[in-house]
Amino acid sequence: MVEYFIAFVVGGLICVVGQLLMDIFKLTPAHVTSSFVVAGAALDGFGLYDKLIQFAGAGATVPITSFGHSLLHGAMAEADEHGFIGIAMGIFQLTSAGISSAILFGFIVAVLFKPKG
Amino acid sequence: MGKNEFSPEQQAYKEKIKPLQPTPPYFVNCLKAFLIGGLICAIGQGITNFYITFFNFTEKTAGNPTVATLILVASLLTGIGVYDKLGQFAGAGSIVPVTGFANAVTSAALEHKSEGLVLGVATNLFKLAGAVIVFGAVAAYIIGMIRYLFQMVL
Repeated sequence: MVEYFIAFVVGGLICVVGQLLMDIFKLTPAHVTSSFVVAGAALDGFGLYDKLIQFAGAGATVPITSFGHSLLHGAMAEADEHGFIGIAMGIFQLTSAGISSAILFGFIVAVLFKPKG
Repeated sequence: MGKNEFSPEQQAYKEKIKPLQPTPPYFVNCLKAFLIGGLICAIGQGITNFYITFFNFTEKTAGNPTVATLILVASLLTGIGVYDKLGQFAGAGSIVPVTGFANAVTSAALEHKSEGLVLGVATNLFKLAGAVIVFGAVAAYIIGMIRYLFQMVL
């Protein structure tokens, strides 16, 4: 049960940061998510995001910051094998599940459902 | 954001109406974002544990199927109109988790459905969510280059 609690608190706190950015600095949701992805990649550049995932589990993998972390992780994994070119080869390797499912399900839902409101 | 493009008159007007604009209820908004965002992450933890227990994923690899599952659920909830109601209540609590990404993709596609499958749905799929992918890829590319250079030097 403890891991659920930690995921809840850490994930919730990351969302609070996003809410404050929206309320105080008047950022749009697109600006918030873009900044968070960059922040996730930057934190992973220093190896910090992995520690957060170890500590918080889904509290760190579910927020959009983990998208930046996965982008960098995929890039670095390929870079170890293929050098500079590997960065471009690996960048979407780990996030492929997220992006392809977003395209697939987004498309299917848009075809099947009627727009609301 | 183009804030500097306002003329002096517009700037003065913005200053004048500032005290008349309602200040957002910071604490309540944050509490809502915390509760809903935390709840989505706790559900994600449940899905992660499910994949680890039944499909032999490890703690490290379970993140991918978890994200995909959350995206499926969020797309469906967007389709039936529930996620947008949740978004009105939770603010960043529904935007920051990866479900917000799925919501942005699906709602943009739905919104332009009347323009047809190709020019409406397909071309607008990443209208809102594209920014995340662009900034993510550019940042990861640059940081990846820097880290790679460091590894070579050290």
